[in-house]
Amino acid sequence: MAAVWVIVGIVVILLVIFIVIYNRLVGWRNQVKNAWAQIDVQLKRRYDLIPNLMETVKGYMKHERETMEAVTKARNLAQQAASAGAGERGKAEGELSSALARLLAVVENYPDLKANQNFLALQEELTSTENKISFSRQYYNDSVLKYNNQIQMFPSNMVAGMTGFKAGEFFEVTAEEERKAPKVSFT
Amino acid sequence: MWEQIRSNQTRSMVLVIGMGLLLLLIGYLLGIIFFDNAIGGLVIAFIVWWVMSLLAYFQGDSILLGLARARKISHDDHPRLYNIVEEMKIASGLERVPDIYIIDDPAPNAFAVGRNPDKAAVAITTGLLQKLNRDELQGVIGHEIAHIKNRDVLLMAIASVMLGTIVILAWYASRFMLFGGMGRSRSSSSSGGGGGGAQIIVLVAAIALMILAPIMAQLIYFAISRKREYMADASSALYTRYPEGLASALEKIAASTSQLKSANQATAPMYIMNPFRKEKRPASNLTSTHPPISERVRILRSMGGASFADYERVYQQVHGVGKGVIPASALALSHPTSLRAAEAGAAPQEPDKTERVRETSNLMWQLGNYKTITCDCGTKLRVPPGFKEPAVRCPHCGRTNPV
Repeated sequence: MAAVWVIVGIVVILLVIFIVIYNRLVGWRNQVKNAWAQIDVQLKRRYDLIPNLMETVKGYMKHERETMEAVTKARNLAQQAASAGAGERGKAEGELSSALARLLAVVENYPDLKANQNFLALQEELTSTENKISFSRQYYNDSVLKYNNQIQMFPSNMVAGMTGFKAGEFFEVTAEEERKAPKVSFT
Repeated sequence: MWEQIRSNQTRSMVLVIGMGLLLLLIGYLLGIIFFDNAIGGLVIAFIVWWVMSLLAYFQGDSILLGLARARKISHDDHPRLYNIVEEMKIASGLERVPDIYIIDDPAPNAFAVGRNPDKAAVAITTGLLQKLNRDELQGVIGHEIAHIKNRDVLLMAIASVMLGTIVILAWYASRFMLFGGMGRSRSSSSSGGGGGGAQIIVLVAAIALMILAPIMAQLIYFAISRKREYMADASSALYTRYPEGLASALEKIAASTSQLKSANQATAPMYIMNPFRKEKRPASNLTSTHPPISERVRILRSMGGASFADYERVYQQVHGVGKGVIPASALALSHPTSLRAAEAGAAPQEPDKTERVRETSNLMWQLGNYKTITCDCGTKLRVPPGFKEPAVRCPHCGRTNPV
């Protein structure tokens, strides 16, 4: 009789542990989802800012057609990739980032534009949006790392395996070498 | 990993409990001396503490911000500041952007308030806005957001309420004992006969405690506060991935000679920098609310990475092995994080010091409901809110401008 109770006790304890781990995994996963939504908000904000920027810049930058077109094109490509996975999307967004960086770098050659209040305000918004993108990415990747660790480590990996938790995908903005490229190219 | 910090505040909790015990001890002795009944004293101590806690919990933020004469701003008032706060909110994973307040004071300083992250606010002086560039401001805001995220604000509020209660009780008790309260205890000791010796011992202990308790409570309070400062620095480095920003901001703040007008001893630990520090004081002693600046800067500068593990390693180099500052549970989840490059591709044309000063003073005029009229000669005229005349004459060129 005692043996039966011991077995029942063990089963109950295991069940409780299972539930606790499962709930914690759900918590991590929600955090990852939430962090991804944050990135999404900022990327969309950038899509919205670019037409305004183009409108402001147009009158001043007559000789920068290519640079401007590159930004518009990169923006449209990025917007199309919006529904893709983290890996592909990161690539498109990386392109957009570097196109924008090139555009903002040539602004140096247009003192009139640099004095335009409207442009300055837009530039602040863009700079900050870039920062927010990288901060939300940082937070997202940290969350993914934490979540993936939980999925792969014992004993939570057993619970994750049984209930079908999948590892999260990191969001890397590629084109890192272009972001490091120094300021102005006098072309 | 960051919310783990909250769960491991053991040492801070021990200190708070120590303060609570001190409070109880005062109540106990008060009861014995004034009512011959320990329970009565305990009840009084408890009621005073409870009332003050409720007040601090529900009104603390507005009292603090009101004392500092802080004014709330929105995105359009100062887009850069607002954006930086939002950036740090995202980096820390907070749910809501804290309210942002400006204090019109040339002394550079900042603090955070709010009993929980949903009701939090950060306050920044105009001096800080003028002196710091974007990266530095980001470091400071990261530090303040870390205080909110790590729930330091609540912890410090609890500790400061206890400190306040102890000070008040001890103050009144010592006055009563010196001027009049003694009669009762003397008569009771004479009627008690043999209990006289014990009475005197209790009395002496009580007097000693009334003198010592506020000092002890203050020291405990400072100990809690110092530890939280290191934690907030480490978190700021982690959020920004750029400890140099905070390091150079701290240096600039420390180099400033002006003292904050609106701070007092109770609110001092709230600020990023102790507003009452004296120059060249060896500050790492028991009586300082903040760790010495040079040390904070040195740790930040030699981190090499941005993770908690990096901060902990350097901290131990400075303070000796085994004396950590980051809770083990937060360290366990720490992973190598590299620093951000000094400036990414497109460096924005950042406003320089002069522009920042102008920007900030414009903001303060605007917050004071002054109207700005630009005269044709380029002079900016500030019209006070109660101005009744239909036109104003430019003192520079003599033209009349309609209001």
